[in-house]
Amino acid sequence: MVSTERHASSAAATAVAAQRPDPGLGVIWQALAGVTDPEIPVVSVIDLGIVRAVEWDSLDPAILVVRVTPTYSGCPATELIMSLLRETLLAIGVRALRIEIALAPAWTTAWLTPEGARQLRAYGIAPPGSASPADTAGVAIDVTGISPLRRAAATVPCPRCGSHRTQLVAQFGSTACKAQYRCLACLEPFDYFKQH
Amino acid sequence: MPASTSKIATDPLLFEYLLRLGDSPLILAQRLGEWVGKGPIVEEDLALINVGLDLLGQGRMWLAYAGEVEARFAPYGRDEDALAFHRDAGAFRNLLLVEQPNGNYADTMTRQFLFDAWHGLALQALARSCDPRIAEIAAKGAKEASYHVERSGDWMIRLGDGTDDSHARTQSALDNLWMYTGEMFASDAIDAALAGAGVGFDHTVLLGPWREHVDAVLTEATLTLPAAEWMQGRGGRGGRQGIHGEHLGHLLAEMQYLQRAYPDSQW
Repeated sequence: MVSTERHASSAAATAVAAQRPDPGLGVIWQALAGVTDPEIPVVSVIDLGIVRAVEWDSLDPAILVVRVTPTYSGCPATELIMSLLRETLLAIGVRALRIEIALAPAWTTAWLTPEGARQLRAYGIAPPGSASPADTAGVAIDVTGISPLRRAAATVPCPRCGSHRTQLVAQFGSTACKAQYRCLACLEPFDYFKQH
Repeated sequence: MPASTSKIATDPLLFEYLLRLGDSPLILAQRLGEWVGKGPIVEEDLALINVGLDLLGQGRMWLAYAGEVEARFAPYGRDEDALAFHRDAGAFRNLLLVEQPNGNYADTMTRQFLFDAWHGLALQALARSCDPRIAEIAAKGAKEASYHVERSGDWMIRLGDGTDDSHARTQSALDNLWMYTGEMFASDAIDAALAGAGVGFDHTVLLGPWREHVDAVLTEATLTLPAAEWMQGRGGRGGRQGIHGEHLGHLLAEMQYLQRAYPDSQW
């Protein structure tokens, strides 16, 4: 699950390129912050927490190693994100690049940055971590005698009006990482980026 | 694989075991994919394929690893695509449960629930494997499986404790599928070897916790467990040993069509 690639170029171009230094890590991180998840175009791969490390290879310092952890096992956006990362880094002058996929530790929504959460909410998606346990959300529903198997484990506040009077419509939304809700106060449907 | 286990869990056994791990999610993903565009409501259409995608991703990781292990002892190691598309039914090692046809929605969700409840436990057990590759694939999958079982359990309660019609259909699905569940808790020589090496786990110990969860949900769903004790595939002649029912060949004919008609084509 490792791919190394180098710019195919003529000998002359290689000689010129060899004199040009690779961009620094600061520039690289900045460029990566401009790469967004194609399914959620407001959140960058950095804010999503899927880029785990960027460093020069310890054995061959000419190779940049980017360690990426996928969100869900079958997320169809993963391959597109890899190619976006590759294009972006080659475009800013990185000459040799290896993207490594790291499965462990498994990705968790705890790695989403506060900025990422803010951007999700502004986009109309309730961010993970906004859910609160159903019994502490101040929703006056008497659940006495109702099996825990039938109760909602958590309430998710509406990202538009903030109301806790919301209802789960479906456990999955347009992508594996989201669930569909509707707000009973402002009546708008919304996506919830699930805690994972 | 750590050197300490290599004497017991040899590569051919590990390869076989990885096929068992990968083929069930792969085949179930294919079954769920058959629903696309035909789900009862659009939300369910999306949910089915999202669960399918999780399973396909897991299957792919298991089979990719299987291919790498195969390359250590065979003249060639097949990649995950070759393993998925170039094997015939007899070479598949999936559980009989997952190859059962979709039927109606109660059939599909009952199959899903019985599998999910087992799959979550199995992945949790595998997350403790001494093979780090197995442990990391399983740890990632276990998070996904815990969400799947919550969803399929919800559906058991909605359908079982729903209308007379949905109750009858769900009870009938349970009666029909029950005999395929015994295989999930049977352990053969390969399982025992891998469990002994700390790579796999003892399948028989999952039965208790599985039954506990299944019983709780079925009771809430007002469904009754079938009385029948006889189980398909128990005794070392089931899907995990390559003995399948008639449905798998039809499923593969569809899944493998493109690669059979245009070998190695890419797009």
